Amino acid sequence: MNCENVSNLVHAYLDNELDLPNILAIEAHLESCPNCRAGIAELSALQGAIRKGAAYHAAPESLRPRLQHLDYQPAPKPVKAGGFKVWLASWQLSKLAAAYAVLMLGIGLGWQLRQPPTLEPLPSAVVASHIRSLMVDHLTDVASSDQHTVKPWFNGKLDFSPQVSDLAPQGFPLLGGRLDYLDKLTVTALVYRRRQHIINVFIWPKADDAATPLGEFSSTLNGYNLLAFKAHGMNYWLVSDLNAKELLELKSLLVGA
Amino acid sequence: MADQNKTKRFNQVALPHLDAAYNLAKWLTQNPQDAEDVVQESFIKAFRHFEGFHGNEGKAWLLAIVRNTCYTWLQAKKNLPQEVFDEDGDHGEFHRQFAQSPSLSGNPEHFMEQMLERDLINKAMGRLPGEFREVLVLRELEGLSYNEIAIIIGTPIGTVMSRLARARGLMGELLARHFNQEPTR
Repeated sequence: MNCENVSNLVHAYLDNELDLPNILAIEAHLESCPNCRAGIAELSALQGAIRKGAAYHAAPESLRPRLQHLDYQPAPKPVKAGGFKVWLASWQLSKLAAAYAVLMLGIGLGWQLRQPPTLEPLPSAVVASHIRSLMVDHLTDVASSDQHTVKPWFNGKLDFSPQVSDLAPQGFPLLGGRLDYLDKLTVTALVYRRRQHIINVFIWPKADDAATPLGEFSSTLNGYNLLAFKAHGMNYWLVSDLNAKELLELKSLLVGA
Repeated sequence: MADQNKTKRFNQVALPHLDAAYNLAKWLTQNPQDAEDVVQESFIKAFRHFEGFHGNEGKAWLLAIVRNTCYTWLQAKKNLPQEVFDEDGDHGEFHRQFAQSPSLSGNPEHFMEQMLERDLINKAMGRLPGEFREVLVLRELEGLSYNEIAIIIGTPIGTVMSRLARARGLMGELLARHFNQEPTR
């Protein structure tokens, strides 16, 4: 390890974020390098000054009781399982356009009025999940563009193993992944970026539901573009404000991966 | 009945982090009243999204909501269009503004005293751009890991590290500058 390596890693070193091999390598270098020792001492002193000097603002006395007794709005009613199955039974691609237009209008209005729809079909759940992930800034549970970090993160959390690839060379960098929930399903959400557009890719095993159509399905709901298909034995649902054409590009990259 | 249970469970997850929530909100909004309002709004939002919370990291989850609410609040207050933050940008303008600040200049004899005063550190941090201030608060005051910080600010972990490096660099420069500064009258 040379001085340049050390200066790149020095912050992670002081914040205890380095793994043991790197820690040992840095300490070995420090034994014989007074420059780096001085640099680290300075940084450590600064860190100490900030920690001691910066004010920690504890919440005022009155805030806690106020929050404990907040009158939260009642949670929206859960989805009616019966209604969902009825909707599934009547799903046919050829009738898609007509039936869906009516459904979309209802859902669109329902969403705007912030009332829970009495029926929450999959596309609406997908869009709602997408919007929620943007709002709370909780886009990823595992924030990494490295597929070797993201894919294993799902082990133990899901009983299926999603395909994960970073598509940065093709213009779709991987931001990370998270667990998410669509109706009763636990799904993978992989987050990709295309320029400034965020794309959520929801993935779950094909066997788990029949809601995703056999062929490819694309649509728009509340200004978001949806693209659904099956690949690698999984259901894929893509949602984004990115245009449909580029979503199709992402689809071929995901299918080919 | 279910709602009462939910409120109880939510309070168990969220209330332990009330101080952390308020601390972050105060550092970002720089106004105690705004901070209180933001925390209250964040708790309401968090409650609404509580069904989607299935982890152990209640602190990071809650602080992500607080941070998001702060920026929305600040934007609404200033009514400015959102600027794209330039990670590699030169922060020369910030240095110039800070150096001209009268409350921090002074003659050399007072520098040691100033250094010992919390005031200097707090003022310096208060003048950092929000993107730098927040990583310092989350790392140095809340002791959160890079991973947790990444969740809260919604960036890859590498960005957390580079922002911390820049933030500390800026703080170091500002403090060094005031040790070396010629006295001004």
